[in-house]
Amino acid sequence: MAVAEQKTSQQASPEQPPQTWYGIVQQSLKRNDIRLVPYVPDRVLTTLIKNLHADPYFTTFPTAREEEAVGIVSGAWMGGMRGAVLMQTSGFATLANVLASLAMPYQIPLIMFVSERGTLGEFNYGQSLVCRTMRPVLDSLAMEHHTATRLDEFEFIVDRSIKQAITTQAPVALILSPLLTGGKVFDK
Amino acid sequence: MNVSVNLPSRNTKVMNRFDLTSRLVAKLKNEEAVIGGIGNTNFDLWAAGHRPQNFYMLGSMGLAFPIALGVALAQPERRVFALEGDGSLLMQLGSLSTIAMLAPKNLTMVVMDNGIYQITGSQPTPAAALADIVAIAVASGIANSAWAADEEDFERLIEQSMSASGPTLIGVRIDDKPGTGTTRRDPVQIRERFMHGMGVRQPL
Repeated sequence: MAVAEQKTSQQASPEQPPQTWYGIVQQSLKRNDIRLVPYVPDRVLTTLIKNLHADPYFTTFPTAREEEAVGIVSGAWMGGMRGAVLMQTSGFATLANVLASLAMPYQIPLIMFVSERGTLGEFNYGQSLVCRTMRPVLDSLAMEHHTATRLDEFEFIVDRSIKQAITTQAPVALILSPLLTGGKVFDK
Repeated sequence: MNVSVNLPSRNTKVMNRFDLTSRLVAKLKNEEAVIGGIGNTNFDLWAAGHRPQNFYMLGSMGLAFPIALGVALAQPERRVFALEGDGSLLMQLGSLSTIAMLAPKNLTMVVMDNGIYQITGSQPTPAAALADIVAIAVASGIANSAWAADEEDFERLIEQSMSASGPTLIGVRIDDKPGTGTTRRDPVQIRERFMHGMGVRQPL
């Protein structure tokens, strides 16, 4: 009986699309009232960025530099609006100064999604080198960070990390591994 | 010591940062936010009299306008002023394009231009001799950008910005004087007090 009901309920929503990592990001941002999403784009983030633009809930736009986006969401936080920044590994590498002089000392819950390049099939040596600087920078500032590799854990990681950042007033970096996103490969 | 860069082609009066900041602060009657950029810019904002609606940067050079943009987006009903040095703005010229694209009408930006990195020993900036920051702002898409000819013109441009239909940038030539005061370097308290000033939080 229980099995039959389960089958029925599955059949009742055959149009339900499978969960995607970018769908989880979008839903988790909404659930946590995060409306402001400046970004410097990345190939892997394309669908997420497109979907955020298409959703009137979000104010999303490109910035010239990642540091600028950090400044914008920091100001918005102090004005009562929550934000998150999207970027690529090489963009994160430009942020040590602003993390150490704004986000950390002023205790701003900066939420960053970093699409990880430079590993698991990287074809550009410079990208793989810059990737190696990311975790040491995060660790040297004792910043919370998680590397998301599995879809089944992803919603838990994103939702809990956002809530922790806000309640503890501390930045967090969510690194999106190629294991989660597929990454960027040479023929793309 | 007079190391200010001579700019013979420019006929705007050379003014003083603290005087201009004091003139701006004297005009604020509606709990307007003011973001002070790194160094002398926020030292003079502090010296002009602390207000809960002031935010003082202790690092992250170049981010006064982006931070102010964030406040302006979060609180579209509140007027937001940002005070930035010319050397700082040179670090984030791209932010002018972002501000032009979003076009918040409640944002007024002031660039304090002395052509030097005063606080590090008065070395000239790369823009000192030739680049025109107001022209750069106009070319970035911020149509309401102008040099203030003198103090009265500065006050007029500030007033004008308060009812503008888009963001405003005001360039002012200033002398080579250092900041008048020194901001208390307590970042958590600065941020918390600013959030109280923005009405986002109540004190414990």
